[in-house]
Amino acid sequence: MNKITNHQLYRLIVAHFAEIIREPSVIFWGVVFPILMAWGLGIAFTQKGGVQAKLAVVRKIDLTSPNPETKLISWLNANAQKKDSAYTITLKNEKIGDATLSFFETTSSNAFTLLKKGKVSVIIEDKLNGSNYRFDPANAEAKAAYHLAADLEAHGLLSYTENQSQIEPLTLSGTRYVDFLIPGLLAMGIMMACSWGISYTIIDRRSKKLLRRMVATPMKKSNLLLALITARFTMNLAEAILLFLFSWLYFGVKVQGSWCALIILFIAANIAFSGIAILISSRTANTEVGNGMINAIVTPMMVVSGVFFSYHNFPDWVIPAIQYLPLTMITDSFRSIFNEGAGFMEVWREALVLTTTGVLSFVIGLKIFKWY
Amino acid sequence: MSESEYIVEVRQVRKSFKEVQAVKGVNLKIKHGEFVALLGPNGAGKTTLVEMIEGIQHPDQGEIFIAGKQWKHHQHELHQMIGLSLQETRFMDKLTAFETMRLFASFYKLDSDRVNEVFALIGLEEKKKAYVDNLSGGQRQRLALGVALLNKPKILLLDEPTTGLDPNARREIWNILLDLKKNHNTSLVLTSHYMEEAEYLCDRIVIMDQGNILGEGTLQEILAMGGGHRSLDELFISLTGRHLYE
Repeated sequence: MNKITNHQLYRLIVAHFAEIIREPSVIFWGVVFPILMAWGLGIAFTQKGGVQAKLAVVRKIDLTSPNPETKLISWLNANAQKKDSAYTITLKNEKIGDATLSFFETTSSNAFTLLKKGKVSVIIEDKLNGSNYRFDPANAEAKAAYHLAADLEAHGLLSYTENQSQIEPLTLSGTRYVDFLIPGLLAMGIMMACSWGISYTIIDRRSKKLLRRMVATPMKKSNLLLALITARFTMNLAEAILLFLFSWLYFGVKVQGSWCALIILFIAANIAFSGIAILISSRTANTEVGNGMINAIVTPMMVVSGVFFSYHNFPDWVIPAIQYLPLTMITDSFRSIFNEGAGFMEVWREALVLTTTGVLSFVIGLKIFKWY
Repeated sequence: MSESEYIVEVRQVRKSFKEVQAVKGVNLKIKHGEFVALLGPNGAGKTTLVEMIEGIQHPDQGEIFIAGKQWKHHQHELHQMIGLSLQETRFMDKLTAFETMRLFASFYKLDSDRVNEVFALIGLEEKKKAYVDNLSGGQRQRLALGVALLNKPKILLLDEPTTGLDPNARREIWNILLDLKKNHNTSLVLTSHYMEEAEYLCDRIVIMDQGNILGEGTLQEILAMGGGHRSLDELFISLTGRHLYE
């Protein structure tokens, strides 16, 4: 009778854990998908991929001139590969990757159609004595295409390939995009797993009257929530270990800082989002409403917290607010441990704030919790 | 008659939800070992009354005693002596029937021996290893009944235990309940809108409508109300102008 396997907390943890691992889609979205995402994004942003620039060329011929040839088209005829009305030039650079420029000779109205469809990013008005470039300066791809084409026109084929000795590509662990990405993915994984794995499970069980049935027994209410959190934490740990192992073996991602600090922060992050998850799910029994509430919490953080790209691109006035979001705190702290060699002293404040947030959310959530 | 002769005593109980008065001053006494059916159409107040007896809802007015104890002061003891099955409870889909029963057994500090006994009682032994989402409607109801019986309850509260089941599945549930009546001193409060269920299982029938008890007694006593009727449905029409199953 006193066996641990008969204890309600043990049985609740086993039940919740069985529910998680017996659902194949949970394994896919929790384990396989983050690894696929790390692999895909890591490959896309880590390889020195070639630049592809596509530009429309509209000839502005002065019919009164004795020589109707325009400058750029003349130059392309002499130097580029031509197929139909498209000219292609590939500029070689071993250090930063090749650049391929495709120029499509077309009419003015068609050039704008191509631009609107995204098939070209720059329209060049090719004149007898030079070119005008028309593009959206807010479009980074268009700006890059403009610089390549303008350089080519001004300095010729060598402009891109010369001075390679000046360039020293950073491929050291900790400085690549994948080193930026993996800590963000680990942090996002905790948020998503807690939000959906705890909040949605509670709301779903409330809607199916299972919570009501359970509290009509001598079950201790806190054991139910504790079991849910423990099962989810165990799963989060397994997911994080698998993602880390993959990124270590495939990309060579390393933890340059303190492992101890990383573990403490990982626990604090789980406490924070478990508490928030309990608070989100404390009242509603409607899974549609729950869905909306979870999305309202996780989606903004996923967008602004710098998981995939730096949040420093946002306006200055909003950055302090972003930095205090739980996901940002976890992401920034993970990154400083992974890439900057941070130890416990550098992240203890974040760990404390996250733990406090989680405990407070849990207490408030439990206070207003609707069991049926 | 002393209080201890009744397992359940409901005294002048009222319950409202916003503007709706779900139960309007109901009195009800149930003896040890007695099987009582609460009959009435949807919205009659049956579920609210049963949920107040279960301790899930609290009365706005009036008192409820179970074995002489009230929920307010004896929650832990009352949980131990009550077994219940709610309308349409869904257990965890990816747990087996055995694991589900084992989980609930742990809440009462019971081990797997008692779980095996209950599986034999509800005749679901061959489905022990089946996931809940692979059980039929009747098997799920039997599982819910098994969960309710784990702690050998003194009173069993079943809210529409056979709604939506085919006649065979319904009869299987009835046989389990009749076995309980024959071999144990368990009391039963059953809500239903199936009059044949009440006729077949219960010693006493309580007819409810719009939060009131319209009449109660044995089947013969009830049918004799208002000049003698051939069926409960006929009696119900004469009392309310509506069918019992509406």
